[in-house]
Amino acid sequence: MLSLGFLLNNNSAGGIGPAIQGTLILIGLTSVIGIPVGILSGVYLAEFGNNKYATAMRSINDVLTEFPSIVVGITAYGVIVIGLIGHYSAIAGAIALSFILIPIVARTTEESLKLVPNSVREASLALGAHKWRTTLSVVLPTAKAGLLTGTLLAVARIAGETAPLIMTILGNRYFFQGLNQPMAALPLEIWRDSLQPQASLQAQGWGAALILILMVLSLNIIVRLATRGRNKR
Amino acid sequence: MTSTINSQEKVVDTNLKMQSIDLNAWFGPKQALKDVNINIKANSVTAIIGPSGCGKSTFIRCLNRMHELTPNAKMTGQILLDGQNIYDKQVDSVQVRRRVGMVFQKPNPFPTMSIYDNVAAGLKLTGTKKGKNLDEVVKRSLEQATLWDEVKDELKKPGTSISGGQQQRLCIARAIALQPEVILMDEPCSALDPIATAKIERLVVELKRNYTVVIVTHNMQQASRVSDFTAFMYLGSLIEFGPTRDIFESPKNPLTEKYITGEFG
Repeated sequence: MLSLGFLLNNNSAGGIGPAIQGTLILIGLTSVIGIPVGILSGVYLAEFGNNKYATAMRSINDVLTEFPSIVVGITAYGVIVIGLIGHYSAIAGAIALSFILIPIVARTTEESLKLVPNSVREASLALGAHKWRTTLSVVLPTAKAGLLTGTLLAVARIAGETAPLIMTILGNRYFFQGLNQPMAALPLEIWRDSLQPQASLQAQGWGAALILILMVLSLNIIVRLATRGRNKR
Repeated sequence: MTSTINSQEKVVDTNLKMQSIDLNAWFGPKQALKDVNINIKANSVTAIIGPSGCGKSTFIRCLNRMHELTPNAKMTGQILLDGQNIYDKQVDSVQVRRRVGMVFQKPNPFPTMSIYDNVAAGLKLTGTKKGKNLDEVVKRSLEQATLWDEVKDELKKPGTSISGGQQQRLCIARAIALQPEVILMDEPCSALDPIATAKIERLVVELKRNYTVVIVTHNMQQASRVSDFTAFMYLGSLIEFGPTRDIFESPKNPLTEKYITGEFG
């Protein structure tokens, strides 16, 4: 079942190539949009978050972290798919997934920065370094392992999200057609295939599920390796 | 006009490196310093002694504007550095901290940096490394901190891999690398064993040739060994200030006498 053709061919040729490609594109796009925003928010909350705006932001962030992904999907459908673009598109899916990714990354960033002892910040400030320089060159590198773990785990989480994708990227039997076009993705492939009556399509769904699990697993292994390397040194 | 000191009134005595004038400080509603007036002479070691919670650390944190970084902290009064009030509106706190370096109670080298990078950190973080030979600065600073011979072959190792006493001297080297004018030390030996303490004390006496040193200490023997002037503080107030020998041999205030003879504290 798991032949190279299964991984590379499009659906008409009995493969799940478009779904794998679509998931990789989604992960990439979502990371590009969501990780910088998430990390910047976390840095703001941890290092400059001693005011009422940050307190409000923190509780909104907490609510978003627990937000049902189907609600994120229906919101993205209403605002982006119907409102802004007018049809299903890959970019709408990436934006919807970003709204799941950002609160997780922001939260883990804040938590890892809080673990950096205050004495480290004071050491830098007492040398006459500016606050922003201290954050950038001293605090963030000290928290690097935590940031990496949190970010990769958040990416693994969004890789398997299905509900927001149904309402944003829709699915596609063909390879990437453009950011403003519908796109395939592994969770959608699994969902669609498993509802089909034909045994061969159901088997294809199981295959897609295995690939998705392997992708998430390898992200987790990367996390392990990355953090182990840091602790050793 | 006669009693208040304003910015026009330049300090005549060039021997005075720093002065605190009517310094009051608070943490939230709690007053930590009450009208503290201390004159700090250039190229001398001034020790601040007193029981825990008397405001010693708060005092020296006011000298390089670290106090204001604590949430809810505030202060009134003036701190003059070479006659200029460092709390004037046009003075940049960051610039003050470059001129007035600090060594903390617990050694705090940057955990992600090597020994070499720790010493060079000040120059890098403040963007002042241009036109300077970093290798030269690192070597000179470590030599002045009497650490060079012990670490010269392992400069690439993490700053946290050496012993506590060595880490504290590394932190001193890091402060020296920026060539500050004043070095503040907040109980620099309280986390160290007697041998490491003796090394730091010798170093403090060495340092006053090039720098002005203010050292907070719990340890009265240490104050008497290293300092030229001693200030005794109690409950946020300055009780007595003068040459170290006078304070220890003929204290004027009965409270000072009680403290240095060990009756309380």
